[in-house]
Amino acid sequence: MKITGAEIFVNALKKEGVDTIFGYPGGVVLKVFDVLYGEKDLKVVLSRHEQGATHMADGYARATGKPGVVLVTSGPGATNTVTGIATAHMDSIPLVVFTGQVPTKMIGNDAFQEADIVGITRPCTKYNFLVKDIRDLARTIKEAFVIATTGRPGPVLVDLPKDVLADKAEFDYPSEVKIRSYNPKYVGNKWQIRQAAQAIQKAKRPVIYAGGGVILSNAAAELKDLAEMVQIPVALTLMGLGAFPGRHPLFLGMLGMHGTYQANMALYKSDLVVAIGVRFDDRVTGKVDEFCPEAKIIHVDIDPTSIRKNIHVDIPIVGDVKFVLTDLIREIREMQAAGETWEAIPRTWHRQIDEWRTEHPLSYEWDEEVIKPQYVIEKISEMAGENAIVTTDVGQCQMWTAQFYKFERPRTFLTSGGLGTMGYGLPAAIGAQMAFPDRLVVDVAGDGSFEMNVQEMATAVIQKLPIKIAILNNGYLGMVRQWQELFFNRHYSSSDLTGQPDFVRLAEAYGAVGLRAARPEEVEPTIRKAFETPRPVIMEFVVNREENVFPMVPAGGANHQMMFGAERKKPEGRLRVARG
Amino acid sequence: MRHIISVLVENKFGVLSRIAGLFSGRGFNIETLSVAPTLDPQISQMTIVTAGDDQIIEQITKQLNKLIDVIKVTDLTEKEFVEREMVIVKVSPPAEQRAEVLRTCEIFRGRVVDSSPKTYTVLVTGDDKKIGAFIELLRPLGIKEIIRTGKIAIGRE
Ligand SMILES: Cc1cc2nc3c(=O)[nH]c(=O)nc-3n(C[C@H](O)[C@H](O)[C@H](O)COP(=O)(O)OP(=O)(O)OC[C@H]3O[C@@H](n4cnc5c(N)ncnc54)[C@H](O)[C@@H]3O)c2cc1C
Ligand SMILES: Cc1ncc(C[n+]2csc(CCOP(=O)(O)OP(=O)(O)O)c2C)c(N)n1
Ligand SMILES: [Mg+2]
Repeated sequence: MKITGAEIFVNALKKEGVDTIFGYPGGVVLKVFDVLYGEKDLKVVLSRHEQGATHMADGYARATGKPGVVLVTSGPGATNTVTGIATAHMDSIPLVVFTGQVPTKMIGNDAFQEADIVGITRPCTKYNFLVKDIRDLARTIKEAFVIATTGRPGPVLVDLPKDVLADKAEFDYPSEVKIRSYNPKYVGNKWQIRQAAQAIQKAKRPVIYAGGGVILSNAAAELKDLAEMVQIPVALTLMGLGAFPGRHPLFLGMLGMHGTYQANMALYKSDLVVAIGVRFDDRVTGKVDEFCPEAKIIHVDIDPTSIRKNIHVDIPIVGDVKFVLTDLIREIREMQAAGETWEAIPRTWHRQIDEWRTEHPLSYEWDEEVIKPQYVIEKISEMAGENAIVTTDVGQCQMWTAQFYKFERPRTFLTSGGLGTMGYGLPAAIGAQMAFPDRLVVDVAGDGSFEMNVQEMATAVIQKLPIKIAILNNGYLGMVRQWQELFFNRHYSSSDLTGQPDFVRLAEAYGAVGLRAARPEEVEPTIRKAFETPRPVIMEFVVNREENVFPMVPAGGANHQMMFGAERKKPEGRLRVARG
Repeated sequence: MRHIISVLVENKFGVLSRIAGLFSGRGFNIETLSVAPTLDPQISQMTIVTAGDDQIIEQITKQLNKLIDVIKVTDLTEKEFVEREMVIVKVSPPAEQRAEVLRTCEIFRGRVVDSSPKTYTVLVTGDDKKIGAFIELLRPLGIKEIIRTGKIAIGRE
């Protein structure tokens, strides 16, 4: 039986096991929304902005590992998704974004609400399609899901002209598709893996530098096995947080610009860096020449372009983290069992690391009167439990969360790392809560970022999602202000947000619950009350306005030359050291 | 160093723009680019001449391979290969030099493809050196217009 393109679309999504679509309607996709009307197996979450819908799908994808699905109309609907798509692209997050398009005959005519979205998103998608013939529709949707979720994941956009959605064809959904020019490699080269095992055997000062690829590959267990069997300390990137337990004795914390002293020093002094699912981002390496000058580098990555893009690699291994680590662990076990000389890593290396740890621990200056943002994060971390999902906005709020929250499990920390998109936190929390209605979902928001997608409060309330939003209200674009303080003579040019709305009343206006804490002793009761309230809650924490994120590597500086804050200039006794 | 990279791609709408976008987006340069279908009309062959150090060329070939529509990438520079380019030059020599144009053309085994009372249009194929030399000899005779195809290249057996 022949069915319409709109029906083929909905049936195809069901075949893919999609349960939630994040979207926004408009002229050319009304046919699809009509098919979705009354559809039982597919929930449609109506956002309040297409950027919001895209970040929601992204949050859903990061929390579940499944692709996030977006459906929007042509023209402005499509262009509004671009920031969300670029955010997912930079962090390798699987999305399938469906955009309506004007009828095929009108494409190129500057028709009403026409935008060349395939042209616009070419550089920020893994791949994109314009479907010109209904007979290609089902196969194209299949290909889109395959490309988005395999190899190095990423967003795929499918542009659907109005006439294609109206035409009729048989629904024949392929169970598999073969794309001759697309064959991601999962299993690593055996010889290279042996080389890696031998390098690890010989290393005196090894360190693991792991990141988002471990989470994308669902390989946290393998990473832990490798680290523990050889007792290699582990530093994680921002994108990797959660891939290794935050309270593990081998954990060094995050490395890079706002990383810990011990993580950056360990890399600087290391003789072997085992890089796993990372892309040597400039926020991580600092000045490249001084990143790990004494080390041999092993690099495991599924994307050959990540290898030797920014830095020379001695032992490249192209493959999926889970496959490669499984083989590497087996190789090491065999070497150990065969009684090959296998010296444990010299204790002096671990002792040296402990010295760095105590020399400059993560810390902040305590204040009896004013709330310190780091304290808020510590309290949330303590009270939320290991299973909670935390999303963030971008800026100081994000960095304090990365530093002071102890993430124990993968897919519990959702943040925009590569693009650094302000306004990501709230919609991502909505997406995560849609996926896991029973888990605690907390959005750590900046007062500036929050307003970039504040409209999604309506979505949270209407969908009855009990997300908890903790706004660290410093009345500034804090991260910008920090740079202006340190590098631009305290010229707070366009970074003062004085005149912000009353966030408690804003919450109430949306039909959510608003709570405010303005003194340190109010922090804990506010969080408790929010966590006990089965509705969306905004907690506004009025925090120290000019607090800075330390330690810090100035842009272009070397990682071993970090700037420190409180501990150098403040009297003893007021220093709070982060609990390990 | 200059590299000639041969790329087999799906002959699909938008592929050229993906390749061009890759080069411009990542700051790689394209010196010349030629595209045409192969014996299989679903596949096109591109020849790209680019320049860069080893690390850049490695990135270029990896990034090309990563594009979904790219079937095969070969850096011909690493192998034995034959390259050719075609140039068409319109010359308008002073009357006493007209014969000189024809002579030069003959030496380079070129052909006159058009002529007018004031101009000759001549065509030559060859590698870089030959074409460069040809142009240099014509230059003093008064070149009006010049067009080059960009290189095509093929590996030797
Ligand atoms: C304000 C701000 C400050 C920041 N400061 C820091 C900082 O101090 N420290 C820090 O670390 N980051 C920081 N970042 C984040 C930084 O910009 C990068 O996003 C981050 O460092 C990249 O993490 P990653 O290397 O783990 O790579 P990702 O972006 O997570 O990339 C994953 C890598 O793994 C590969 N991969 C994917 N799937 C697989 C698989 N299945 N198998 C194998 N490989 C796979 C991919 O090809 C890719 O190379 C900051 C961001 C912001 C916005
Ligand atoms: C969309 C977007 N615009 C601008 C920036 C640049 N930027 C990075 S951090 C920041 C300040 C964020 O302020 P806020 O959300 O209040 O967080 P805070 O740093 O104060 O915690 C800005 C403007 C960005 N990352 N994203
Ligand atoms: Mg702020």
